[in-house]
Amino acid sequence: MELTAEEKAMLDGAEGPAAAKAMDLLVRYGEALGADRLVETNNVAGVIGSSTPFMADYYAEQGAVGRDAIFSRFDLDSDEVVDIPQAKAFTCHLQTRVEPNNSAMFGLPDAALKYHQETQEYSASKGVNMLNTCTPHAAGNTPVKGEHCAWMESSAVVYINSVIGARSNTEGRESAAAAMLTRRIPYWGFHTDAARLGQYRVDVEIDVDSVMDWGMLGYYVGNCVGESVPVITGIKMTPNLVRHKHFGAAAASSGGVEMYHVVGVTPDADTVEEAFGSNKPKETFKYGKAEMKATYENLNAKATGTDVDYVMLGCPHYTIEQVWEAARLLDGKKISGNTRLWIFTNQSVKQVAVRNGYARTIEKAGGLIMTDTCSAMAAAAPKGTKVAATDSAKQTHYLPAIVGVEAWFGSTEDCINAALSGKWQGKAP
Amino acid sequence: MTDRPSNDKIILHGRGVVDGCIEGEALVTKETISGWGGVDSMTGTIVETRHELCGQSFAGKVLVFPGAKGSSGWSAAFHMARIAGVAPKALVFNEMTTKVALGAVVMRTPSVTELDQDPLDVIETGDWVKVDGDNGIVEITKGAKGG
Repeated sequence: MELTAEEKAMLDGAEGPAAAKAMDLLVRYGEALGADRLVETNNVAGVIGSSTPFMADYYAEQGAVGRDAIFSRFDLDSDEVVDIPQAKAFTCHLQTRVEPNNSAMFGLPDAALKYHQETQEYSASKGVNMLNTCTPHAAGNTPVKGEHCAWMESSAVVYINSVIGARSNTEGRESAAAAMLTRRIPYWGFHTDAARLGQYRVDVEIDVDSVMDWGMLGYYVGNCVGESVPVITGIKMTPNLVRHKHFGAAAASSGGVEMYHVVGVTPDADTVEEAFGSNKPKETFKYGKAEMKATYENLNAKATGTDVDYVMLGCPHYTIEQVWEAARLLDGKKISGNTRLWIFTNQSVKQVAVRNGYARTIEKAGGLIMTDTCSAMAAAAPKGTKVAATDSAKQTHYLPAIVGVEAWFGSTEDCINAALSGKWQGKAP
Repeated sequence: MTDRPSNDKIILHGRGVVDGCIEGEALVTKETISGWGGVDSMTGTIVETRHELCGQSFAGKVLVFPGAKGSSGWSAAFHMARIAGVAPKALVFNEMTTKVALGAVVMRTPSVTELDQDPLDVIETGDWVKVDGDNGIVEITKGAKGG
């Protein structure tokens, strides 16, 4: 890999030992990828500085004690412990594993909450901006078209690449940490023009309109194309932020989609020709009524119990529009005594929800607004949950494996109805 | 017979991703693997309910798979498996992504990709596989457990 003079100097320690270790990791990573060089980035989103007591104990047993030691050994994959300086690049923290105000409901011991709080303070002390959300682009860090980013969180990366036209690969915790200290990331994949061109075509033959429709289409597309770039045609109704959010999260879960084009909608796809550029479609898939039904059945294949213990909304984190919708559906009603309703979002949206009275409406109905995390991240559901319901294809995909529950997938309204009645009554649309 | 004639071995050539040379028993899947949410890092087990290897352990195996999918926590999930002592011994895969590249780097497991034949067609679970990340070579002994 070719390094600039500045990058070589960083590797040799000119900006201190932590930047040198970060550069060493970026070089190993870039060479593994087959990248020729690095690219400058001043927009990083990761889980910088987060850790668990297990990690702390593991390194402490080897004589590496403290937060900088964990950062050195794990985040920078360095055998040596180095002092961690302030962030060099603008850096945001993604979602965490802990709900800060309701941790007892997640079964989190006080000691673990305290450990988490110290972790958060450590990250903030390094200049990491604690957005604590999987959707930084909806919470204060919206990249622009062409901006090179080093983001983790597959649902956020697919959004900023596809909807905004920013340029990011799906980074991992270690590469994001290295980018934060060096302002560099390998110039590979979605940083380059060629990788952003369409590879597969998906012709949509039915109306795709609701958030649920977009979630199912995303899940179908991810299953069809894996990690490749799909070009979606036939969309008649322009999807908004929420629809893109659910589509991308689903496609990134069932496959590994990090970038997509919707012809007539996304920035580099005014026409099919523009979306594919010099590429020829490898294959064309169609999405009609049969495919939609099969996707719905696939998502719901593992759920059998119709008594719903837990309704989980907010994957990816709910926007204020979605909290508003949930509040309207719950207004003046009471959820079933056998069911819990948790709605996950970030702290800025929650603040608006409180200001607008939505939080009160939701709480009066028996639901709760949670922040910073989600059930999959926290690996927790309300105590005793056997059957869950969610409006997120992504969460439906992950919950059974992570929390060990059955999960139903449906519309937001299906989910709220399940919370109110305690029964799953969702049907394929 | 402890020494097999060399013509029993299948040699594949590709590109080394992470240096090092190691041999072990293959665990093969034709399905891409999720990291975070798809594996239990403490036990080295695949837990994704829809996965054909669900419930199986990759600890100490040569993991042969199409590539990585899912969450950006891929590298961290496999990095944790390394410090828990249950990481795969080596990786052989087809599709290069940032997830699998970074995961291989931080696991420090010899890894090879871009092979001249599809390793998923050639290698079966239980085969003895030598992965040479320095030279990008994968050597397969069919159905044998070493020597």
